[in-house]
Amino acid sequence: MIKEYKTLCDIAGPIIVADGIEECSFGELVEIILPDGSVRKGEVLEAKSNRALVQIYEGTEDLNMGNTRIRFTGKPVEIKLSPDIIGRIFSGFGEPIDQGGPIIAETTKSILGDPINPYARDYPSEFIQTGISAIDGLNTLVRGQKLPIFSGAGLPHNDLALQIARQAKVLGKQDRFAVVFGAIGVTFEESNQFIESLRDSGALERSVLFINLASDPVIERISVPRFVMTTAEYLAFELDIHVLVILTDITNYCEALREVAAARKEIPGRRGYPGYMYTNLASIYERCGRIKGKKGSITTMPILTMPDDDKTHPIPDLSGYITEGQIFVSRSLHAKSIYPPIDVLPSLSRLKDKGIGKDKTREDHANVMNQLFAAYARGREVQELAVILGESALTPTDKHYMKFADAFEKHYVNQGFFEDRSIQETMDIGWEMLSILPASELTRVKDEFIQQYYQSKGNEK
Amino acid sequence: MEYGKIVSISGPLIIAENLPDSKMYEVVRVGKEKLFGEIIEMHGKQVFIQCYEETLGLKPGEPVQLEGFPLSVQLGPGLISSIYDGIQRPLELIFDQFGSFIARGIDVPPLSSKKTWKFIPLKQKGDEVSAGDKMGYVQETPSLKHYIMVPPGIQGTIVEIKEVEATIQDTVVILRTKDEEKMEINMVQTWPVRRKRPVKHKIVPNKPFVTGQRVVDTFFPVAEGGTACVPGPFGSGKTVIQHQLAKWADADIIVYVGCGERGNEMTDVLMEFPHLKDPKTGRFLMERTVLIANTSNMPVAAREASVFSGITIAEYFRDMGYKVALMADSTSRWAEAMREISGRLEEMPGEEGYPAYLSSRIASFYERAGKVQTLADEPGSLSVIGAVSPPGGDLSEPVVQSTLRVVKVFWSLEATLAYARHFPAIHWLNSYSLYQKLADQNFEKEVDARWSKDREMAMSILQKEAELQEIVRLVGTDALSEKEKLVLLTAKSIKEDFLHQNAFDDVDTYTSPQKQFLMLHNIIYLHQLAEQYIEKGLNTHEVENFAIREKIGRVKYIPESEMERCNLADPIKESFEKWETQHKESSQ
Repeated sequence: MIKEYKTLCDIAGPIIVADGIEECSFGELVEIILPDGSVRKGEVLEAKSNRALVQIYEGTEDLNMGNTRIRFTGKPVEIKLSPDIIGRIFSGFGEPIDQGGPIIAETTKSILGDPINPYARDYPSEFIQTGISAIDGLNTLVRGQKLPIFSGAGLPHNDLALQIARQAKVLGKQDRFAVVFGAIGVTFEESNQFIESLRDSGALERSVLFINLASDPVIERISVPRFVMTTAEYLAFELDIHVLVILTDITNYCEALREVAAARKEIPGRRGYPGYMYTNLASIYERCGRIKGKKGSITTMPILTMPDDDKTHPIPDLSGYITEGQIFVSRSLHAKSIYPPIDVLPSLSRLKDKGIGKDKTREDHANVMNQLFAAYARGREVQELAVILGESALTPTDKHYMKFADAFEKHYVNQGFFEDRSIQETMDIGWEMLSILPASELTRVKDEFIQQYYQSKGNEK
Repeated sequence: MEYGKIVSISGPLIIAENLPDSKMYEVVRVGKEKLFGEIIEMHGKQVFIQCYEETLGLKPGEPVQLEGFPLSVQLGPGLISSIYDGIQRPLELIFDQFGSFIARGIDVPPLSSKKTWKFIPLKQKGDEVSAGDKMGYVQETPSLKHYIMVPPGIQGTIVEIKEVEATIQDTVVILRTKDEEKMEINMVQTWPVRRKRPVKHKIVPNKPFVTGQRVVDTFFPVAEGGTACVPGPFGSGKTVIQHQLAKWADADIIVYVGCGERGNEMTDVLMEFPHLKDPKTGRFLMERTVLIANTSNMPVAAREASVFSGITIAEYFRDMGYKVALMADSTSRWAEAMREISGRLEEMPGEEGYPAYLSSRIASFYERAGKVQTLADEPGSLSVIGAVSPPGGDLSEPVVQSTLRVVKVFWSLEATLAYARHFPAIHWLNSYSLYQKLADQNFEKEVDARWSKDREMAMSILQKEAELQEIVRLVGTDALSEKEKLVLLTAKSIKEDFLHQNAFDDVDTYTSPQKQFLMLHNIIYLHQLAEQYIEKGLNTHEVENFAIREKIGRVKYIPESEMERCNLADPIKESFEKWETQHKESSQ
């Protein structure tokens, strides 16, 4: 039986406390009825024998102690799901905000979900061709991976994410594919860019969007990724669809988390973020993957803007510890007008080794990748050295490396927003770059590949 | 059965009342769904419980039931090749019975009580036995005898023992205790995870723990029964190193604890280990591995327990006289679990919000490692290798610092090495091992008398290189003498041809100490000869172009079975002699 109470006794930030509660459960959905009849939603954060601590999603503005009614619904926050949700746009609290009318639920699910049994996981190993050399060649994405984009304010991370969403494909397969997009506290313009771009490429009718704009309630941001992941799980594991999840911007999510923690007077961890932020982020990111015996998969690309481009900031730091690699968007490459400005050295895809090689991409892929990394790292050192000492002080080998590093940025990393390179093209450009170096420098490539692919230009010793 | 009542729920922390007989650290079942929990604090009538499962939907007023025993693990045949969560629930069986997701209130026994094992006695009727003695064994895998020991605290004379096909619950031995009481013993023991298992006494580690990883064995070795930690920022390859050690380390049993880490990493182990073979026994690696997987999205309290569950299982195998190694990835997540629970308990925080007892907990965990004389008077060892994930790669944070105070080996992972894809990204100048002497003595005896000389030389070249790089950065290489340039060249060779090791290459992934010695000796020998010949007018860039250098670089890809091909001493010498003759001809 649903009961209503008028026993509000504390209001602080997004948190209220109600007294004299007969029965409430942890995590239960609560409805708050304001004196003017409007309804807000909240969630029980702490359930005591006669008290409940409730977090209000839409904020506590206009609430008053005497006349606000609280109704406990007896169930956790849930989402209504059916195959019809594909192509629809929802608010940050899972209500349809397009003109499509309400969703008739085939099933309802708690947005918290259960953890995937590690034994049930299937290892991600299917190569996704994004058509971007810096990703395909060096930081390969595979189906079921969670690969965030670490970026900064003013960098083209959204373009990159959109290009990936548009071009991503698994070679030789025609599987059902969908995009689930979660906008967390972004501006109208940013969100519109995503919607328009998905519409232009025809991807909107196979997308599900959850939009929480910067002006929408802050606390709602905490639930957006959970609605997104619950939807993705439904599509992937019940409807056998391959899902690409894009979440932007995780930084806003963490800030909302901090706001609630502060309102609850919790002991803060680093930079005021709550100590459980790692676990909390993991409960979102880890819902991605593949499951044995299920056809669908969830690949996640969260986007986060690093405050002051600082990757030791708790948000990128904790994300990096949970996700399977990261794509770094670099300000200095962006300044050189290189698009996509991916700094490949700190970027990493942890699952790449299972997705590349013979029968997947090309047999020389791993060797070429390692050599490109090593050579570019050396080339960057040489570039720095040249700044201090002048180019004339460099040894002949060093000069090769410097030339390599420049060419690598201009021809390998750099490509057009609509340029969709096949993995063959990417590999060939890679060899073109390596051929700038003398063959004896290619210590990480097997001899047979050098003989097969190295384009001798008379610069051997 | 006694029932209490929930009065408050906040995340994994539950407060209950009306449980007068409860004990500290006792296991309880919470709510109607009977969720697992453990008592962690008591205040007056209130009992504080940390719940190992998601508490969503729990209500104040629901019952709490005492189980009467502390959090324990079951030890017996069937452990090997299993994968458990943090409180030893078998994930494979849960998957079979309940599907892909872990629902709540699942109660599946960790060891199969239906499967039968052939018990083969080692003792006879009339033998006097006491705690820890091996009464018999079960051939659990083709390469592993699972000994059935007298449980701790028990002593007596065997009245009945025979070869029998039995389940773990069936009686296999009957003892008559001192008080003339009959005692039936089966093949399963239960042991509380937070209490260390008894041994006769500890002994000082005296043998290196061979891992097949060059930078580890040659430069920063661990001892059997030693402790090591691997701190590093994300992406620096902690997990790959842990996996490499789990794969190739010279141990009888590996317990791998995935504590608050990625689910896919555990899947990687589960998919890969059944196909990999132990280079020594030729058996599959999975046949010596126990996995504990409490991934980051699984309940945080069970993560706190996972490390203890793992080490208790490891101790149990150590008690059989085995060489056991435990990998914990990552202890930072374990510490964070402690912090989260501590925060909910509103304890006064220490550094960075971690509880004040952080360092004592860490110390007591690592102290459970060691080489021991078991109760049956046999040597056994338990080595512990813990990964640490410091926020922002900052080594001054409390978990790293508390760990460094207790461990003997420190492998410092550096992001700069990882960016250049130099793996393992263990930095040669910042890392250290206090087992160096012990390892030297052993390797000098077993591998080559020049072992430590070569290593010291290599180390001093790397040190020197770091100093020279400073100069090069300021004034360029032209200011260096030929000998100094040679140091740079040799250092580069040590880094690329020796320290760099590709975990994903079939041959390079494991290198025996014998081959490690040859590989390093090639480089050092070339350096020594070059030093001599520089006096005779040899230039460093001529050395750089020696064809033999490329060969030295390829030694890592020569299989162990063709060891003789790894020794390049003669061709190295010939290169220099060839130069000398050419040099003489041209100068004439």
